[in-house]
Order: sequence, then structure tokens, then C-alpha cells
Amino acid sequence: MKLIVRYCKPYALRMLYGFLIKIVGTFADLGLPWVLSFILDEVVPLGEIRPVLCWGAFMLFLAVAARYCNIFANRKAASVAQDVTRSVRHDLFVKTMRLSGSQTDALHIPSLVSRMTSDTYNIHQMVGMMQRLGVRAPMILVGGIIITLTMEPVLTLVLVILLPILGFLIFYISKKGIPLYKRVQTAMDSMVRIMRENISGIRVIKALSKTGYEKERFREENKEMLARELHAGRVMALSGPIMGLLLNIGLTLVVVVGAYRVNAGASEPGKIVAFLSYFTMILNAMIMINRIFMVASKATASANRIEEVLSAPEDLLLIPEDGQTEGKQSRSEETEPVPHIEFRNVSFGYHAAKGQTEKYCIRNISFSLLHGESLGIIGATGSGKTTLLNLLMRFYDVTEGQILIDGTDIRGLSLTELRSRFGVVFQNDVVFADTLRENIAFGRTLEDAQITGAAEHALAADFIHGKKDGFLHKAAIKGADLSGGQRQRLLVARALAGAPEVLLLDDSSSALDYRTDAEIRKNIREQYADTTTILVAQRASSVMQMTHILVLEEGECIGYGTHEELMGECGVYREIAKLQMGDIE
Amino acid sequence: MKKLLCYMANFKFHLLLAFVLAVTGNLLALVGPSLSGKAVDAIAPGKGAVDFDTVWYYAGFMVLFYIGSAVLSYCLSLLMLHIAQRLAARMRQQVFDRLLSLPVGYFDQNQAGDIISRVSYDIDVIATSVSNDFVQVVAGFVTVVGSFAMMLAISPKLVIVVFLMIPLSVFYTRFMAKRTRPMFRKRSAKAGELNGMVEELITGQKTIQAYAKEKVMTERFDTKNEEAVCAYYNAEYYGSMIGPTVNFINNCSLTVVTVAGSVLYLLKQLTLGDISSFVLYSRKFSGPINELANVISEIQSALSAAERVFRVLEEPTEAEDVYGAVTLERVKGNVSMEKVDFSYVPEKPVIKNWSMQVKAGELVAIVGPTGAGKTTIINLLMRFYDPQKGEIRVDGHENREITMKSLRASYAMVLQDTWVFEGTVHENIAYGRDGASREEVIAAAKAAGVHEFVKRLPEGYDTVITEDGVNLSKGQKQLLTIARAMLSDAKMLILDEATSNVDTRTELRIRDAMLRLMEGKTCFVIAHRLSTIQNADNIIVVNNGTIEESGTHEELMHKRGFYYKLYASQFQ
Repeated sequence: MKLIVRYCKPYALRMLYGFLIKIVGTFADLGLPWVLSFILDEVVPLGEIRPVLCWGAFMLFLAVAARYCNIFANRKAASVAQDVTRSVRHDLFVKTMRLSGSQTDALHIPSLVSRMTSDTYNIHQMVGMMQRLGVRAPMILVGGIIITLTMEPVLTLVLVILLPILGFLIFYISKKGIPLYKRVQTAMDSMVRIMRENISGIRVIKALSKTGYEKERFREENKEMLARELHAGRVMALSGPIMGLLLNIGLTLVVVVGAYRVNAGASEPGKIVAFLSYFTMILNAMIMINRIFMVASKATASANRIEEVLSAPEDLLLIPEDGQTEGKQSRSEETEPVPHIEFRNVSFGYHAAKGQTEKYCIRNISFSLLHGESLGIIGATGSGKTTLLNLLMRFYDVTEGQILIDGTDIRGLSLTELRSRFGVVFQNDVVFADTLRENIAFGRTLEDAQITGAAEHALAADFIHGKKDGFLHKAAIKGADLSGGQRQRLLVARALAGAPEVLLLDDSSSALDYRTDAEIRKNIREQYADTTTILVAQRASSVMQMTHILVLEEGECIGYGTHEELMGECGVYREIAKLQMGDIE
Repeated sequence: MKKLLCYMANFKFHLLLAFVLAVTGNLLALVGPSLSGKAVDAIAPGKGAVDFDTVWYYAGFMVLFYIGSAVLSYCLSLLMLHIAQRLAARMRQQVFDRLLSLPVGYFDQNQAGDIISRVSYDIDVIATSVSNDFVQVVAGFVTVVGSFAMMLAISPKLVIVVFLMIPLSVFYTRFMAKRTRPMFRKRSAKAGELNGMVEELITGQKTIQAYAKEKVMTERFDTKNEEAVCAYYNAEYYGSMIGPTVNFINNCSLTVVTVAGSVLYLLKQLTLGDISSFVLYSRKFSGPINELANVISEIQSALSAAERVFRVLEEPTEAEDVYGAVTLERVKGNVSMEKVDFSYVPEKPVIKNWSMQVKAGELVAIVGPTGAGKTTIINLLMRFYDPQKGEIRVDGHENREITMKSLRASYAMVLQDTWVFEGTVHENIAYGRDGASREEVIAAAKAAGVHEFVKRLPEGYDTVITEDGVNLSKGQKQLLTIARAMLSDAKMLILDEATSNVDTRTELRIRDAMLRLMEGKTCFVIAHRLSTIQNADNIIVVNNGTIEESGTHEELMHKRGFYYKLYASQFQ
């Protein structure tokens, strides 16, 4: 809620303006029945037609004023809601883009997406609705009660008794109903899950002739869904008739009590007629306020979810001087050239504090690469290959040890400064629903020659030219219209296009056949000789020509050297290579 | 429209009952205002002039009528709820049943999300429309006709006044609905675009950070965001006119009725009570007319949803077994393909005039670069697709003359896309064989090298595998599917990149088990890694969607063709 207030503040004046107009409009609306009763009770008895017409004209004037003011205020409300939503979304997006790896892990990507979309919609809706109905309904409620009080205090009592009962009933029913609908939603979710499973596994299901079984499974879930839907419906369907009944009983009460009042000479029949009108209006306002509460509670939940992201602390802070000077000094004593990339006793655990070695998933890794050298990392799934790249790009901070680039601790560089050195392809990296050219350029200002060059080196040029629009071909969402191999080549082209200092390829050739894979590696070696390359792979053939090879097992280095060295020293490496390449050696 | 009506005919008695209830309920509600008018009339101005008997008499009636009307309206909502939800449940089941009998090609051509949204979203739209719109149309009709009759009974002259207002109101709502519909459509379209973009950018967050392109992406996001909020505002800008304007028209008619009513009262043609109940009726009368535009657009969207649902129901299903089809028993595993022509899309042949003979127990390997169409042969063998020309035979029987069930049952397969469903580990392994005992399942799991892993799960073999619960890696899932295949005693085996997600160390560990699995079976193996298939009896090399060459490893190496190049590239 605080969030909404904070974002509405800059528009306070405009909102106030809208509110004032809205109040005028609401008064005009409320004035109509009052004039109606006035005509019937005061003007008509005069027996003249002219004043009736005059007052009628006044009613018409009120109607016009009400329309004009309400439309004006509604538009103001819409424009404020627009501005608020725009800035909430903008800030949320900027923050989301800044989240560190561990923060993103903690929040989960699907949840971040839904915070960006449905939660901001809820806020949009609520800010608009609050301004439109948040003024009108309470005003009608309060104003209506005041007017009726001055007009006929005793009849108002009927209303005042009825209101809390109505409010309570609505509240009670919706309180009962909401969890019931949640249950419907879970049933729906599991039905959708079964469908998803069936669609993705259709070949297996058909092969094993399990369609009958699957139909039965769906039938069970469908039955459950129906039962829950009916249960929820039965409860929620109560609210309409009950509210109608209460309202109408109230009306009857007004007539009866009114009759006693008139009989006692304390009221006139015209007032009762007008009172009936007010009565309906006030009760409708009550129902409206109830709806506002529902929307508001939904929006508050949304606002809290957004706030959670916005208030996430900035991590990955710059560590000033001392770290880097230390690194430089220790180097300057030696005469060797400064390595381009250096890992010094790096250990890391996702939620580990320093020293909690049992939680580490990377243990004591050290290596150094000179400019233009290459490193291949090989190891089983889950051995920490990708984590090493994540640490190098500083998606996470090392728990122990240091990572240096050109002798500088990466924590001493700004993230932009650090990351602009890399060209990278992640495992399962994303292809955007944009042109192929833009997928390669990726927001960078690159010359056409750089893009076509990179595409050629990545062996992507062929299939791109095969598309009708070539580089301007628009890829489908997540690149669904490209094959896995085409996607990977496109991604490699993206990484190469900027002619990066360091090239990081994480399993970027898993969908490529050996031949294509080898050719791309050859191109990289020849065309990007100054680029330092780190390549994560499953295949020994992909890494065998690298200047260094690192064999990882459960976060530890169990072999480091060239292909030949490792074939001799490292049993695991030899095993992998033999299995994959047969007995050719 | 017709089809939906036919569908609803299943519920015709319920619908008839609903109609009767709706009519009576609304008629009752209509009587209310006239009763209150009578009661008000009995309240004569001045001290002690009130006729209490009459007031109480009518008040009592009012209460009775209102209670009756409330009960009726609750019954009606219940009835409609049942009709709509049962209709929806039946539709869901039919669509799902139909889906499962569609050929595999349907799922290759249609996106999962789209298919699912037909079963969830579209059917929901239909159900909502059936339960709301039906009642609304009936009630609206009754209310309009009834209140018109009532007004006519009170004062025909005032009715003329009301009638002047109707065209105005109808014309306005229709006009605005037409005018605003494209804006609301644009609003949802822009929201959809924004959603798509957000999903894409957030999924790619790491990549964007890696390239330090947060600023550029934020700018792009801002543009889309701007478009979305503007579309929202535009729709709202015009949409915000509708409410107040309809209100305005109603107020006008209230004013005119008041003035004209007063004049008539002065002319002694009406009582005060008449005016008050006339006002109430005129409000009732205009209600449904104002709603008309809404109801029509809802019905329209329900109809288009129904169209999408019926399109699934009308999809042609997989070919039925021909009359007198053979049931394969005691399969030996001889497979032959004779002069087979096949294409997914007409004029883009994938296989042309292809023949091969596979004897029982042989190993056939299919190799080739990515996307070359290696799975096509599997699709044909399992009859996920039928060839346009030529014959495929198993043990001498033509595929199309074998019952689908027994044909498919004679193959076991492990695919690259590992498929596990939400269920226990045991269920997942035993999926292919009903009633497999725990011992058999454990034996299969041991052979596939997952037993140790399963044992460590919180509930062992009874642990439920869920998407977000127990976290299985892709490799572990693949081992489960291998265990699944191990349970099968089919004579033919299809391995499509069966160990692509398993790391090399594990692969080594289960190699013996895999060999045992393949023993004595006719095997079709798709592999990237050429070293694994060197001893195949026949290697089929596929490139660019067509079969390039075939033969044994030695033959192909000798030929120095495509296979040779492919093979050599491994060691470059």
C-alpha cells in the first residue's frame, strides 16, 4: 500500500483536481432525486405548471453537470493511473535487470515475470478504480446518509441498521468463496498439467498404448474440477439473491415506517418516494465499496510483491583499492607478463559463508590464462563448470579467493566495465523474438560488416540467407522456428560480433554435429586469435585443442594441462576421451 | 452457433426449466414496484389519514413476493451453474479424448499453449456465457416486456415519454460499443505484447547483464510500456464516457417522467403513487436495454471460442485399424521398408524410394547432422506418420494391416526428449507395463543406474516427481526413461539419442546395461557420437532431410562420402 501512495504522490495535485470535480459531479447526481421529491411535495401542490417546468429544467441541468464532471474526472483518473503504472513498471524493470544471480535465484524467473505483468496490472486497475469509485461510492454513502438524515431522520435509521448486515453478509460470502475458487484454480492447474504432460509425451503415450489410461486420468481430474466449481458456485450464487432480498425488505420497511411517520404528521409521502430512490443508491454504493475492498486487497498483495523486488538490497558492490593493488604488487615483482584471466584459490558456495567448506560447490580452483590463450572445461553434469563462468562474469561473488582480469580484482571493476569485455553464450541462452540481425547485434551499435562477418564465422550465414528476409527475418518467440543447431550458431554469432576480449562458450555446441562444431572452433581460432577463449563442453573433441584443459569433478580440479598431458595423467579424462572417440588414438 | 446449440440440446430439459424459472422470477420482481406504489398511495398526507390496513396488506405482499423472487433466483443460478459447468466438463473431456486420438502430426503443428488454452480458457468463456447470458437475455426480455406492460397500465401517456428516450440510449450504446471495441482490442493486444516482451527480457536477464545492455533493453521496454499504458488510457478515455452518459440518459428520462408526471397529476390523471412506481418501472425498463451491447459482445466472444473448440473436435483422428487387421504376437523383429516415399509437406520429399531390410536382432544406426530428419524414420516405423507410397513390414505384415496397439507394443523406445509425468518414481518406471511389481521396477532401475539415486529420495520409489518439488536433472530423467524401456519385453528397440543428457561417466557405468537391453532385439539407434555405432549392421546417413547413403562402417568409410567427412570431423 505504501508503494502505491509513494508512486501516486507526484500526481497528488492532479488527483486532487480530479477529486474535486468528481465531488461536484457526485453532488449533481445526488441532487436529482432530491429535486424530484421537492417537485412532488412542494411545487406540484402549488397547482401551476410553470414552476414545475422550471424545476424540471434544473433537473436537466444537474444531469448535464453530472455527466460532464464524471467524464472529466474519470479521464483524469485514467491519466494518473497511466502515469503511475508507467513509472512503477519502469522502476521495477530497471531493478529486475540489476538483480544479482543469487537474488534472481531467490525470486525465481516466472515469479519475476508475473510481478512485472499481472501485478502491475492489478495496480493499474486499482489506481484507476480508487479514483473513480473511491470518491463516488463513499460520497454517495456519506452524502446520501446526511441528506436522508436531514430529510427524514427516522427512516434513515432503517438504512443504518441494514448497512452493516449487508456489509457483513457480503464480506462473509466472499470470505467463504475466495478459498473455494482457489481450490478450483488448483484443480484447473493440475488439469492443465495433465494436458501439458500428454502433449509433450504424446509419442511415448501412443507407443505404449496408454491413451485409455490417460483419458481416465483426465476424467478423474475433470470430475474433481466440476465438483469444486459447483461447490464454489453454490456459495457465491447466494450473494446476489440475498443482497436483493435485503434491499427489497429494506424498501418495504421504509414504506411501512414511512406510513407511521406520515400518520404522525412528521413526514410527507413525497419524501418517502424520494427516500426510496436514495435508499437504492446508498445500498448500491455499499456494494461498490465492498468491491473496492476486494480490488484493493488484491492490489495490496501485488504491491507487496513488487516492493519485495524494489527493496532488494544492491549486492555485488565495488570493493575499493586494496584488493587490486595487492594483486598488482605481487605481480610487478615477477617478470612474467600479467595474465589476462586468473583464478586464485577460488571457492564458492551458493548460500555458504566463508569457511563453511561443506557447502562449497567450487573448491580451491586456480588457473591463469594469457591473452589469446584458450581454456576448455570438461566434467560431468553438476560438477560446477557453469558456476566458474558465472563467477568470472560476477553474477555471484566468490566466497573465498580472488578472480583477476589483467591483474585487477574483478570486484574492483564496475559491472559494465567488467562485462563489456566478454562475448558469451550461455547454456540454453535466449533467442529473442526480433530480427536475426538484432539477435546478433543485441542492442549494440555494430556495423553490418561486423554482423555478417560474425554470422559467417559462426556458420550461421547459410541458414540466415536461406530465410526469405535474410538477416531481417523475424525469429519466433524463443526462436521456436529455428532448430536447436541454428539457435546455437546464431548465439555464437552474437558472442563473436563484438570482437570481445574474452569469449565464453557454455555448452554452446551441444546441438551441433561434430563437423559443424569443429569448423566453428577452427574459425574462432583463426579469426579471433587475440581473443581469450573459455569453453565449457561435454565432448573431449571440443576441448582437445585448447591450450589448457581443466577437468572438474564435484567442484574440484582433478586435472589441468594440455590434451596430451591429461591423456597421460588424468584417468577420468582418458576415460571420457576414449569412450567418445573410440579407439582412434 | 448451430453446433453450440446442438451441444446445448443435451441439456434441453434443464434449459426449459431454467427458462420457466427465469420468467416467473422476473415477473415476481416486476410486481414489487406496483405493490409499493399501492402502499405509498395508502399513505394519505396529513395527520392520522394513513390507511394502515392497506399499507400492511401491501407491505406483507411485498415481502412475500421478494422472498419468492429471491428463492427463485437462487434456484435459477444453481440450475444455470449446473448446466454450464456440466457442459464445460463434458466438452473438456471430449476435447481431451479427441486430442489423444489425433495423429502425432497435430502436436507437431500446433503449439501446446494454444491447445491448452482451448481446453482451459475457451471452454471457460463458453461456460460463463451460457450461465450468464442465457439468464440475462431471458430476464432482460421479461423485464422489458413486463415493465412496459406495467407502465402502460399506469399511464399510457407517460409511456410515450419513455419511448422517446429508448432509441437515444440504444443508439448511443451501440455507437460507443462499436467505437470502443477496437480500442479495447488494441489494449489487450498491447498488453499481450508487453507480456511477451517482459517474459523474454526477464528470461534473458543474465544474457542482457552479460552484454551490459541493461540500458538499451530498458529503453526498448519503456517504448512497449508506453504503448501499453497509452492503449489502456485510450480505451479508458472513451470507455469512461459510457457510464456517465448512460446515467445521463437515464437521468433525462427521470426528469422528463417527473415533469410530465407532475403535469398529469395536476391534470388529475395520475396519483402520486403512480408516479413513484412509474419511475421505478422506467428504471427497470432501461436496464436491460443498456446491457444489450455488453451481452451481444459476450455472446460473440463465446461463439468464437466455441468455434475454436469445435475445430479440435472435428480434426480427423488417426486411422482406425482396418477390418481384419492382424494382432502381432511373438514378434521376431524382421523389419523391411520397400520403395517408401514420404514428405511432411507436399512437394518437399523427405524420403524417396527408400528400401531396406533389417533382420531380427540387427542394429541399424541413423546418423547425420542436426536437423537432418533422423527422427522421420522412427516416425514411420512407429506409424506416427504413414508414408505416401511404398510399404513398411514387420515380420512380413504391412504396417497398415497390423492393429495400431500391437504394432506399437512391439517397440520399446528411449527418446532424446525425456518424458516423465507427475507421479511416483515407481509409476514412472512401470508406465509401460501395468502391474509391474516393485522387484521388477527395482531391477530395471538398478540396470539403468538410478537405483542408488532413487534410494536417497525422501520416499524412495514412492517419491512423487513434480515440476517444482523433487529436482531431477535432465540426465536422471533420461535414466528413468531407460529404466522404463528395460521393463518392456518388446522385440524391437528405438534409441533416439538415448544418452544425450547423461554425462560421460554415467554413460560408462550403464553401458553394459544398455548392451544387455539391446541384446537379441532389433535396434534402431540415432546417435551424434559416431563411436557408439561403429559396429552397427547398417548405418543410414541422413542429410538435408533425405537419405544420403547407407552401409556398414567399413563400407561407408571406404566410400569416402558424407559419412567419412562426418566421421573425420570428430577428430579435427
